Amino acid sequence: MHYTTAHEDTELIQLLTPDGELREHPDYPLDISAAEVRGLYRDLVLVRRIDTEAVALQRQGELGLWASLLGQEAAQVGSGRALRANDMVFPSYREHGVAWCRDVDPWELLGLFRGVTNGGWDPNEHGFQLYTIVIGTQNLHATGYAMGVQRDGALGDDGTAVISYFGDGATSQGDTNEAFNFAAVNNAPVVFFCQNNQWAISEPLERQARVPLYQRALGYGFPGVRIDGNDVLATLAVTRRALRSAREGQGPTLIEAFTYRMGAHTTNDDPTRYRVSAEIDEWKQRDPILRLRAYLANQGMATDTFFAEVDTEADQLGERVRDECRALADPEPLDIFREVYAEPNSHIDRQRADFAEYLASFEDAGVTEGR
Amino acid sequence: MGSKLTLGRAINTGLRQAMEADPKVLVMGEDVGKLGGVFRVTDGLQKDFGADRVIDTPLAESGIVGTAIGLALRGYRPVCEIQFDGFFFPAANQTFSQLAKIRRRSAGVLSVPVVIRIPYGGGIGAVEHHSESPEAYFTHTAGLRVVTAATPEDAYWAIQQAVASDDPVIFLEPKRRYYEKAEVDTDATLSAAPPLDAARVARPGSDATIVAYGPMVKTALQAAEADTERDIEVIDLRSLAPIDYDTVADSVRRTGRLVVVHEAPLTNGVGGEISARVTEECFYHLEAPVMRVCGFDTPYPQSRLEEYYLPDLDRILDGIDRAFAY
Ligand SMILES: Cc1ncc(C[n+]2csc(CCOP(=O)(O)OP(=O)(O)O)c2C)c(N)n1
Ligand SMILES: [Mg+2]
Repeated sequence: MHYTTAHEDTELIQLLTPDGELREHPDYPLDISAAEVRGLYRDLVLVRRIDTEAVALQRQGELGLWASLLGQEAAQVGSGRALRANDMVFPSYREHGVAWCRDVDPWELLGLFRGVTNGGWDPNEHGFQLYTIVIGTQNLHATGYAMGVQRDGALGDDGTAVISYFGDGATSQGDTNEAFNFAAVNNAPVVFFCQNNQWAISEPLERQARVPLYQRALGYGFPGVRIDGNDVLATLAVTRRALRSAREGQGPTLIEAFTYRMGAHTTNDDPTRYRVSAEIDEWKQRDPILRLRAYLANQGMATDTFFAEVDTEADQLGERVRDECRALADPEPLDIFREVYAEPNSHIDRQRADFAEYLASFEDAGVTEGR
Repeated sequence: MGSKLTLGRAINTGLRQAMEADPKVLVMGEDVGKLGGVFRVTDGLQKDFGADRVIDTPLAESGIVGTAIGLALRGYRPVCEIQFDGFFFPAANQTFSQLAKIRRRSAGVLSVPVVIRIPYGGGIGAVEHHSESPEAYFTHTAGLRVVTAATPEDAYWAIQQAVASDDPVIFLEPKRRYYEKAEVDTDATLSAAPPLDAARVARPGSDATIVAYGPMVKTALQAAEADTERDIEVIDLRSLAPIDYDTVADSVRRTGRLVVVHEAPLTNGVGGEISARVTEECFYHLEAPVMRVCGFDTPYPQSRLEEYYLPDLDRILDGIDRAFAY
């Protein structure tokens, strides 16, 4: 990997070293109980399991596609657990770990990738908007939502902060840069959470930026910070603080979570065409789960029984994910015409009626396996 | 020498020819370099022509088309790749307000020979925004040529002609046909190929005409074959702007019946325009109103429903039946 200045990591905030040692940071004191740390570990393991199962389900033909979060668990769980119930998330398409923290059932995520739905969950119920596939667009939505929060006077300690998730590639989009500026000039209560996983499909970071991404914020007039995205504790502490600052009316923050996409871009992708395995080996040393496990064990905060219980729970969850995925029913043909407009629409009504008649003509003709 | 090429490979080979023929031809887009594009259409081009001519761009479609315009103003002939149909839209401003209008605004002094390649259409089981048919947006914009290719042979020539054209060309690639293979005569000369805006009679017939383009040509041909009672002519439109009405009208005057097929939604689509024009030009030859077999006026559905959304053999035959019911 040839590093550019966009990779310089002198400013990286890290609380937990890859070896699992805790390093205090003056600006980000960690106020967290042993039980909470164990909870984070459990989240990381379960989220990874959901991901592994989904990749396997895609291979078995149960899903059309899957975008794996492998390697990014800490960035997602750390930030997801920093959120409060009132907060609102605007995800991209890879935020399965954040979805987990927002109590979206994993199989609800699978519906989109299986092709039975275009969304699946109620965004307001979970404080978690729909996945966004068109890169960068959600950053403007998050900013606008935050402007609404402002106008509602819903700030303060029991107020709402907004967080938007996007990748390193997304920082090149006009929408993202416009969102930064709209958020800045409006002092909107939004946190921009960029998972810099070093790759946008086959394009390495240096195709998107010549400066570290977190420094972009300075040009727009709000703080930017780079964290070790494989460190769940640093992610939690820094995101908590950024959300609090948003809630308190101090405007946006850009968090660059420095991490790595350990898997392919999606199950359609073949990364051997564009990156070397040495890079992956290097990042394996910084695995987010191993370091937290080491920390828990070294500090005597968790026993072998605990780790074994989490593994058992992961097995059970894996089985449930497989079963629920296979049980996801196909929509009905006439569902094509649903939810296009709020009000009755003559074009849609007519096409639905014509198509229903057309489909019925196969049944009349006694064709059971017509299509 | 002829060789069997997939449609994707034919475009790749055509691009290679265009780049060899003219050093001003550039390729630019997301993942077009080492990866060769997500459909591998630019496979190997960066290796052979260098990163100055095959440019991996930042992830920004407005940036791609906007800088392509600038490069064109500087004398280059950029071929932009938009990764999927649904990701064209960030580039809409640059395309509709700038690219399409520069010739007219400059009173003909400036030329912007930019090609925008877009894999389009459904049928590959993809998640949302990966199966759109946006052709009508382009055909409704003066200043853009809009073409699509249904066969490897056509794709091979059309991409070279699109690059050679001094007008901006929207080049729509039927992504579900990328892997269709056929013989392509790569030794013939470009000047011998049919013009970019000529329609093609893909199957002669005498009882009714189907007009289709891009991914639907194959389906239309299958429907024509399946109809054992009637002799169906199939026209592959190839160019959507301009449309070769002479070829269409000539056919309809012989057959008296026309069914237009496209994946894009029915309303305000290419089919409606053809229907109006054919009605004007062939009124006394028509035995029935022009029928349209199209996608519905809905968002492209989740992939488990796309087989119902996309016109298929049965729906095309149903359209023909309706034309004969008059
Ligand atoms: C507007 C737009 N252009 C292109 C794409 C195709 N595409 C999907 S993901 C991707 C790369 C995104 O990279 P990044 O923002 O770093 O996120 P990551 O996938 O690494 O999480 C691209 C180019 C898209 N989805 N939307
Ligand atoms: Mg990335």
